[in-house]
Amino acid sequence: MDHAAIALLYRQESSAILARMIRALGGDFALAEEVVQEAFEAALVDWPLGGTPQNARAWLLGTARHKAIDRIRRRSRFEAPLDDSVDLAALSVEPGDEPASAFGDDLLRLIFTCCHPALALEAQVALTLRTLCGLTTDEIARAFFVDPKTMAQRLVRAKNKIRVAKIPYVVPGRAELAERLDAVLSVVYLVFNEGYAATSGDELVRRELCREAIRIGRLLESLIPDRAETTALVALMLLHDARQATRLDAEGNLVLLEDQDRSRWDRTEIEEGLARVTHALRRGGATPYGIQAAIAALHAEAPRAEDTDWRQIALLYAELARIAPSPVVLLNRAVAVAMHEGAERGLELLARIADEPDLSGHHLFYAARADLARRLGQASAARRDYARALELCRAAPERRYLERRLQELG
Amino acid sequence: MQYILLIYGNEAEAKNATKDDQMKMFGEYKVFTEELKGSGKMLGGDALESVTTATTVRVKGGKTLRTDGPFAETREQLGGFYAIEAKDLDEAVMIAAKVPGAKYGCIEVRPVMKINGM
Repeated sequence: MDHAAIALLYRQESSAILARMIRALGGDFALAEEVVQEAFEAALVDWPLGGTPQNARAWLLGTARHKAIDRIRRRSRFEAPLDDSVDLAALSVEPGDEPASAFGDDLLRLIFTCCHPALALEAQVALTLRTLCGLTTDEIARAFFVDPKTMAQRLVRAKNKIRVAKIPYVVPGRAELAERLDAVLSVVYLVFNEGYAATSGDELVRRELCREAIRIGRLLESLIPDRAETTALVALMLLHDARQATRLDAEGNLVLLEDQDRSRWDRTEIEEGLARVTHALRRGGATPYGIQAAIAALHAEAPRAEDTDWRQIALLYAELARIAPSPVVLLNRAVAVAMHEGAERGLELLARIADEPDLSGHHLFYAARADLARRLGQASAARRDYARALELCRAAPERRYLERRLQELG
Repeated sequence: MQYILLIYGNEAEAKNATKDDQMKMFGEYKVFTEELKGSGKMLGGDALESVTTATTVRVKGGKTLRTDGPFAETREQLGGFYAIEAKDLDEAVMIAAKVPGAKYGCIEVRPVMKINGM
């Protein structure tokens, strides 16, 4: 196995090995991370020369265990006494071929601990990306516009809190499972959205966030089966991800949904997403993720932009506004109504929500109002709102779109 | 693990409450305390005097500085604590949520530091 193959293995296997080591080390994230890292470094030295072991995962796990035992022995002699939660005997056992399900349980423990509500949300996201997705601290910092040093501190603090306050390394019991799973899903969705939103310049890291969010979503589907909300979220992410390649043109300019080349949408992802939407709605009813996935499905199913079922989309947004009201949902509803009943009606709805504090400072509100005004031939109102949107918008592709519109209006 | 539950609340609001409300609150604490004692998870606990009797102590350059009041001004003041035994943070939080004061203010759950050799 060469370096590239080992790097790939790291992406695929490190979270499972880490999850197992954290359990063996009584919840010590920092130590587990160090020894797993060292095990992979040892593989980089040994495997190209001595050949790849038959069971690479068992080799890595065994090496990580030895490194951990070394460190704990050294630590106990010179530093603090041995932590009672570390089971040295359990660490010494040579790992055989363990059933895949055992690794699955450890991964679930890792997911639920990273997304524990006693940690700040931004710490949950960072920890998930670091330990479950294997992203580097620098990559995570870039993805969230945070100084790498700040991000490193955030991670250290989170790991420290887990250890010191003894956040348990367990899968929550039946009584709290639904609530805790919701918290995990919102972290996954946040990761996806951060990747999907065109806010940062780092395209590669953003793609990675979307891929990882979908991967964890699928993992949750297989590890905790029959959860309609998980299925709905994976559907939602797949249906959005399917359009990823067509959202920007060759120059990096934003391409609106109606102008996207639908032949380039990812059919595999769409098919997978559509099957899940049906299943999720049947099993879980109208949940927020389910409705959003259904809206994404209606877009995906329209062969041309003009075939879009805007009436149904407007109804779905109305339902979403009822069960999970938010200014952005109301904004989207107004846009859908405008597509179905005309721009005047859309402007009426926007006028009703213009004073919402979350919207009056949001470029999307002004961009939407400007688009409707433009369609009605109200050039000066459109110009004013595009300019206001431009003042508030930071993402380069969206800014170029707004500038283009302004130029067209002269 | 040992945890200590610190009970925060607004002193002024509690003081201005009607006699009935105060008695009701007192009763709730009595029930909770008996329950905790019965479960064997209570290590100790007491109500505290008003925040106006608090003193913050600082040591700077070997000198002890005393300041009147709590370390920070907030709308809520520390009103009491429970020291509890719980197997992990989840259990500690579960117990904290049952403290009557969790409804009126907040409870800070802080792990008790383990000191080697003690």
